Amino acid sequence: MNANLLLAIPMLPLAAAIIAGLGGRVLGRAVSAGLAIAAVAASCLLSMQVLNQLLHGTANYNASVYTWLLSDGVNMQVGFLIDRLSALMMVVVTFVSLCVHVYTVGYMHDDAGFQRFFAYIALFTFAMLMLVMSNNFLQLFFGWEAVGVVSYLLIGFWYTRPSAIFANLKAFLVNRVGDFGFLLGIAGVLYYTGSLDYQVAFNWAPAIAKQTLHVAGTAAGWPAMTVICICLFVGAMGKSAQVPLHVWLPDSMEGPTPISALIHAATMVTAGIFMVARMSPLFEQSETALSFVLVIGATTALFMGFLGIVNNDIKRVVAYSTLSQLGYMTVALGVSAYSVAIFHLMTHAFFKALLFLAAGAVIIAMHHEQDMRKMGGLRVRMPVTYWTSLIGALALIGTPFFSGFYSKDALIEAVHASHRWGAGYAYVCVTAGVFVTAFYTFRMIFMTFHGPSRLDHHAEEHFHDVGWDMKGPLVALAIPSLLIGYFTIQPVLFGGYFGDAIRVLESNDVVAEIGREFHGAAVFALHAVLSLPLWLAAAGVYCAWHFVLRRPDQATAIQARFNWLYRLLVNKYYFDWFNENVLARAARGLGLALWRGGDQAVIDGVLVDGSAGAVGWIAGRVRRIQNGFLYSYAFWMIVSLVLILGWFLVRV
Amino acid sequence: MLHGFDILSLLIWLPVGGGVAVLAIGDTRARLARWVALLVALATFVLCVPLWLEFDTTTAAFQYLERLSWINQLHADYYLGVDGISLPLIVLTAFMTVPVIIAGWSVVEKRPAQYYAAFLILEGLMIGVFSALDALLFYFFWEAMLIPMFLIIGIWGGPRRVYATLKFFLYTFLGSVLMLVALIFLYLKAGDYTIAGFQSLPLTLAEQRWIFLAFLVAFAVKVPMWPVHTWLPDAHVEAPTGGSVILAAIMLKMGGYGLLRFSLPITPDASRELDWLVIGLSLIAVVYIGFVALMQSDMKKLIAYSSVAHMGFVTLGAFLAFDIQGSTGALRGAINGLDGAMVQMISHGLISGALFLCIGVMYDRLHSREISAYGGVINVMPKFGAFMVLFALANSGLPGTSGFVGEFLVILAAFKANVWFAFLAATTLILGAAYTLWLVKRVIFGPIANDHVAAMQDLNGREFLVLAMLAVAVLALGLWPAPLVRTMEATVQHLLQQLAVSKIPVA
Repeated sequence: MNANLLLAIPMLPLAAAIIAGLGGRVLGRAVSAGLAIAAVAASCLLSMQVLNQLLHGTANYNASVYTWLLSDGVNMQVGFLIDRLSALMMVVVTFVSLCVHVYTVGYMHDDAGFQRFFAYIALFTFAMLMLVMSNNFLQLFFGWEAVGVVSYLLIGFWYTRPSAIFANLKAFLVNRVGDFGFLLGIAGVLYYTGSLDYQVAFNWAPAIAKQTLHVAGTAAGWPAMTVICICLFVGAMGKSAQVPLHVWLPDSMEGPTPISALIHAATMVTAGIFMVARMSPLFEQSETALSFVLVIGATTALFMGFLGIVNNDIKRVVAYSTLSQLGYMTVALGVSAYSVAIFHLMTHAFFKALLFLAAGAVIIAMHHEQDMRKMGGLRVRMPVTYWTSLIGALALIGTPFFSGFYSKDALIEAVHASHRWGAGYAYVCVTAGVFVTAFYTFRMIFMTFHGPSRLDHHAEEHFHDVGWDMKGPLVALAIPSLLIGYFTIQPVLFGGYFGDAIRVLESNDVVAEIGREFHGAAVFALHAVLSLPLWLAAAGVYCAWHFVLRRPDQATAIQARFNWLYRLLVNKYYFDWFNENVLARAARGLGLALWRGGDQAVIDGVLVDGSAGAVGWIAGRVRRIQNGFLYSYAFWMIVSLVLILGWFLVRV
Repeated sequence: MLHGFDILSLLIWLPVGGGVAVLAIGDTRARLARWVALLVALATFVLCVPLWLEFDTTTAAFQYLERLSWINQLHADYYLGVDGISLPLIVLTAFMTVPVIIAGWSVVEKRPAQYYAAFLILEGLMIGVFSALDALLFYFFWEAMLIPMFLIIGIWGGPRRVYATLKFFLYTFLGSVLMLVALIFLYLKAGDYTIAGFQSLPLTLAEQRWIFLAFLVAFAVKVPMWPVHTWLPDAHVEAPTGGSVILAAIMLKMGGYGLLRFSLPITPDASRELDWLVIGLSLIAVVYIGFVALMQSDMKKLIAYSSVAHMGFVTLGAFLAFDIQGSTGALRGAINGLDGAMVQMISHGLISGALFLCIGVMYDRLHSREISAYGGVINVMPKFGAFMVLFALANSGLPGTSGFVGEFLVILAAFKANVWFAFLAATTLILGAAYTLWLVKRVIFGPIANDHVAAMQDLNGREFLVLAMLAVAVLALGLWPAPLVRTMEATVQHLLQQLAVSKIPVA
């Protein structure tokens, strides 16, 4: 593969970001946006070209671009590892990014920060590409933090809104908690392998698995690989919003909708999933870490789904759905079905970006109204948005032949086939989650597009369907949402697509197990009629229809009856309450105590001013000796002489 | 010597002489004084270019040596030279003086010529500290540089400047006296004052212990390490912007430099025995001070506390070698810690300097350092806001900025020494981001807080230039730190050899 061509893929969006960011005011809106779109389109085409080359037998690319730092024999480099895993991610990232770029032209057209927005999303594309293309942990961490920063800037894009700047700080700090673990994991890898290079670490993996980490203070050691993998996964928990580090993602909806689609649904939040899949040679060596991953993912998948049911903000429903779906992907990682996780990541990227962009279209049409209780009946007024949303929704709930069906059904099958500790719990969660997903998804579809119109006067007055600059990307995303699963499941999951990019121990290989019963995509879909998840999904849609359109009064009654449960869900299991009232308050209290108590009272008060005071006090006493009276001096001379002589006598 | 002329002497005495010239020009001809000051600062920095380019990175030996007899009776020489540890610090000193001069351009109205003169003289003396190879000469520069700093805080400082100066003086004086005692003891044993002689002098463990502790007090105050740090917030709050910049960017580095140049090579066995003390205090600095910084309501105090936490990485990285040897049986990884300590010093110089300049920009407009007086500054000062966010992210250790490099290397090394060291050090990822970005949230973002903020003007060309210079440096060092580390490589390896070998005389 041509190194310059690979370099161009991330560099084009970076150049566009710099030009639009620094010269946006001079260049104007059209040029800035055009430049960013052209750059990302070129990246997208080049990425497809790279994938195409790999599919036609070109060898993987693994080489460094430049040496960032050489310290103590550790060669820290910026470099690319291009195999089928990274190539797939590159195509997904650049394609969704391109759709979002185009969509943004319409979405942000009356925003004063138009050029700045394009600079940010182009910069994001650069950072995300660096993350997925990396061949070493250093650059991975670079990209990891860089996407986090762009996310920070974009959540706070409307920086005059107090809620937005609260959300972006929260997002950054919660992610930093994850990065804290991630960095320790990277340090652990270096400790055992002496290198930050992926290949070196992967080759060492079986050897590390035999090591124990002797932590000072504990007699017994911890299995080194478990410690490393759990630390790395803590990073993934932050970035991919797994319980309990999920709290930032719903609040991130304060950002403009295009970035909710791009960053907080399709790409950045899946970085954690990608990372664990990339590290499969390491994770395979620790059953404990994988069980940990599995349980966290299962919990996120089910319990975050519940929150989608009680929300009335259209974007937040999609956000909770994203949390839940990220949980699904994490479950797949936890049962060693890394390829299924990446497969679901891909299908999810398309249909979730679609749902977000559709929600954005509704919000724009409704003149910045996000409350679904004030919508209804939009099906007729926004037909393109409705039909594309419906495709996205059907894909999300796993309707046979839609893309989401293939990834989700394969995922559930894989969990079913796994015997890992926690797999039983996970199976219950992901299966029950199917019902929950269908319920909240169609609750959203019905509340928004069906039933009588509940538009208020203001929305009615300003209502206008969106233009084709926004509808075009919806259609562009609807096509893969519908089709990509059908056409790719066989090669990606069962055709050895990933090659050695993903390594699974034979005893853990649940994907191969379900592959033995796989007889083509069509059969797979028809077979689903006999399986539980499809009926659960149907039941979910029925319940949504029943409670939203047929008997809304019953929904209210149930809500009143189970008020404690409703309050628990509305308060998001009190995670935010706990973080704000216990953790944040404790941190501030500790800071204040250390400052006032430690620095001011003890160090300054006792030690500094105290020693100054003591010197003053002693000086005051000593001064009295020099009182000018001769008899006094004579007296002290005699006393001193006696003492000195006495001392000599004692010594002798 | 560089091509036959004494470049180090020139670097020291050009700014000192320039400062005297500026003084002679006087406050009445302020315009001329400013331009002369700027030219001198620029010329000094330009002199660093050949110094850097001609530096031989393959050897740990001191280079550009100059030696004249100075005080014969005491066998003290005027002896100068640089190695890979002092060279980057000299360049940093010369670099940072330029923005300080430019930043004071139209802001300093009180005795302007004296202001510039103080900074130029200070610059020369600080370069002297970093290039002295004779301990008495080192001590001379070390004490002499305090004088212009006292004047800067005392004349151009805030309302409580007398208290702050006194506290600063007492702290540093106490430390310096102990260092002087240690130096005299070493002189009596070695017969002269050359630092290299001290480094090769055999010393018993008991001797080393006392010397180590005396040095530690002197350097810990300068760094400053917990618990002798409380002079720093007070000094920063009262110092004028330029004073804060130099204090944070260069003067704190004297402590770190001292540990690397004196403590470790002169008393390696005591360092090995007492490294827990330095490591413990460093980790306290990172965690404890991180929490304290969170609760500051004064922007300068916040950045001052942040400096203490960030300098904790310098002292931590410098003393990890022994524990790495203890836990892994080898010294591999120790250089990560030493490299990290050095990079962190340079990076912190740039970032903290930039942040103090940013606060100065706001202070010039609103005359307040209180966080609560601001809010939504980016609405009226978008260019400034962009710089401030960049430097804040750098202060939070964002990869791609210089703030990441040193902390990353030190955490990697700390993991080898003891997992818990790494664990505690890595809390800076959370704490550093928390206090820095919370500051940004309250000051920069949000709706315009009040009419005073609404009236703020965005950066003028001069301010833009200053911040852009630092932004370029912060990004360059973050994106490609390899050249800096390569420059230090041979010296750091030599240092590691020095501290690995016992100096206790064999009986």
